[in-house]
Amino acid sequence: MDFNPDDDQRQLVDELRRFCEGEIAPKAEQRDQEGCFEDGLIEQLGEMGLLGLYVPTEYGGTGLDVVTYVMAVEELSRACAATGILMSAHHSLCVDPILNYGTEDQKQKYLPKLSSGEWIGCLTLTEPGSGSDAGAARCTAVEKDDGWHITGTKNFTTNGREAHVFLLIAVSDPEEKRHRLSVFIAEKGTPGFELGKFEKKLGIRASSTAELIFEDCVIPKENLLGERGHGLRLALSTLDGGRLGVAAQAIGIAQAALEAARDYAKTRVQFGRPIAEFQAIQWKLADMETGISAARLLTRHGAWLKQNKRPYECEAAMAKLFASEVSSRVTNAAVQVFGGYGYCADYPVERYLRDAKITELYEGTSEIQRLVIARKLLTEPQWVTRG
Amino acid sequence: MMSFDLPEDVIALRDVVRGFAAKEIRPHAREWDREQFMPDEFVAKVGELGLLGIMVPPEYNGAGLSYLANSVIVEEIARQDGGVALFVAAHNGLCISHFLIAANEEQKKKYLPKLATGEHIGAWGLSEPSCGSDAAAMKTRAVRDGDGWRITGHKMFITNGCRAQVFVVMAITDPEKGPNGISAFIVERGAEGFTVGAKEDKMGIRSSDTCPLDFDNCYVGPEALVGELGRGYKDALAVLERGRVGIGAMSVGLARGSLEEAIAYANEREAFGKPIAKLQAISFMLADMATEVEAARLLVRDAALSLDSGKSDRLKASVAKLFASEIATQVALRAIQIHGGYGYTKDFPVERYMRDAKLCEIGEGSNQIQRIVIARQLLKD
Repeated sequence: MDFNPDDDQRQLVDELRRFCEGEIAPKAEQRDQEGCFEDGLIEQLGEMGLLGLYVPTEYGGTGLDVVTYVMAVEELSRACAATGILMSAHHSLCVDPILNYGTEDQKQKYLPKLSSGEWIGCLTLTEPGSGSDAGAARCTAVEKDDGWHITGTKNFTTNGREAHVFLLIAVSDPEEKRHRLSVFIAEKGTPGFELGKFEKKLGIRASSTAELIFEDCVIPKENLLGERGHGLRLALSTLDGGRLGVAAQAIGIAQAALEAARDYAKTRVQFGRPIAEFQAIQWKLADMETGISAARLLTRHGAWLKQNKRPYECEAAMAKLFASEVSSRVTNAAVQVFGGYGYCADYPVERYLRDAKITELYEGTSEIQRLVIARKLLTEPQWVTRG
Repeated sequence: MMSFDLPEDVIALRDVVRGFAAKEIRPHAREWDREQFMPDEFVAKVGELGLLGIMVPPEYNGAGLSYLANSVIVEEIARQDGGVALFVAAHNGLCISHFLIAANEEQKKKYLPKLATGEHIGAWGLSEPSCGSDAAAMKTRAVRDGDGWRITGHKMFITNGCRAQVFVVMAITDPEKGPNGISAFIVERGAEGFTVGAKEDKMGIRSSDTCPLDFDNCYVGPEALVGELGRGYKDALAVLERGRVGIGAMSVGLARGSLEEAIAYANEREAFGKPIAKLQAISFMLADMATEVEAARLLVRDAALSLDSGKSDRLKASVAKLFASEIATQVALRAIQIHGGYGYTKDFPVERYMRDAKLCEIGEGSNQIQRIVIARQLLKD
């Protein structure tokens, strides 16, 4: 039993941290203010091997593992939360399901370009009338001779602006009671598929959150991903993995906030001494560190289970639930440590607070995470004694 | 190589202790809590199972196990009763720990074999009436007398005080040197000038005895000094760092016990036409409780594994103890809430878990001390 990363992982993360501090962090504020990613960012992430981190090398990936992946998302998010989700939504929500459910042809067609960053990917699940209730999606997919005809509106699609590859869920079998939905691979530029509005958000402002409009968009038959009618299961199991990425993002944001608060407290002098000498401040820092440590272990555990192909859904839900709530608490405390300055855009902590909130919402709200966890506890009461 | 799986032998051990606790502790926990009592026959059984020499090397009759195994054992015992868990944790993690860290060969040979089997119980005396957190401000003095010392002073809140035969006690040997003038001594029950006071009437952890110790010119010979002269406080801090992980494990056990009871109750109890487990207010509470227990267990095990790998990590130990103890109280409180009115009665164990858990926020370094330790590590340059 050993919860520590091995030397290779540690070295990789050290290198990544240097990259993030040099190349990613300096533009984080600008990205937030301008509400977009700068040219060249995706290429940089691709060159670092981040966009196919655990894709096997035979498909053009970096060939690493899920634990390294969550460590990488954390590092990226510590530098810039929006960049963190750019990577995570692409990898967990588009690359991963193609890797797990794709045919060999689909894998060959999509994975190399997704891994290099030539193409960015996303998953479009949510609709105006179905968020948590993902199974209530109304977008339709009608099978005709020339392919699947997709009609409907999706919203809240992370990476919508940057993506070339869109995994979408639609009702393929309206007559069925249980197996109504299927997942399809759509590509940007297909006639009948348009990007709609982009949301103006509280935080992760550079991350694009897009409305997608499908009007009789024809997708080739070979672009069905996984089994027809089993789309909901595919999507939900994809979200299990996505949860680990969001948990890692939340931890990265929190870690940045803790470090900022700690450094500020050491230099800000009031009442004749650095405020770091007051217990009120020390207490906040200690609680921040404690919450982050706990969140990190929960996330690492979930990632390790997924890597080893063991059941991990409940652990992933716990990690995401806990890490996101810690992140909101920690960033709030960080602003408090900064006092009035924390409320000003001159300092990064107000952005961390704004960024953290989304982690409690997307890829399954905290309420959905609790549903997942409760279902496990109540159907398998012995689960809590398994350790 | 990263792994979150317990080693096979620890799993086997866990299952043995889990079964033992369910069979030998659970049916009696309520009575022992009410009477503030733990039968000698039961203590003997604990000894027979090897649980009183968990990390003592085999050449001294011990089980020679790891900190990881220790934390699993303490967790399983606490799952059924906090008092028994503290008894085991203090004997192993405080008294015996001090021997393992600082004792010489003769001392180990003389004391460890009987401590390991439970023939002797061990206690550890640091706190005093006027100093708990501020341990270095202790007043108990050990004054040179020929080759030995005479100890005078009072110790307070000493776990196992009433039943222990062997006590490791910290006292000032050089008042000029502050914390570097504190040394540790082995004192045996019955030594002249050494009396054990009446046990405290406590909120929880009642099956474990907690007693004051009184020293009135109590003579100890040169062989009683354990560790170097003047190093007693430093050694005590090292003992506490290890003890912290034990308290963390105890907290996890109490929290897990609360959670298990609450899940069982919620699946049974009906209201508004269905088991209350199906109501989100209840199921969401359980989800949060389970998440906290899971996180606490990971933190405690991580700290235990650090100790096993020989890397002292004060930060990890304090983070684990702080988090696990805080959630234990909160999980127990919510477990009571889930039980409703029944949770407020002694017929159900959850009110006892709450009373037991509260101690974990206080003993072996209050959570305020833990925050000082954590903050100090964070603010170091």
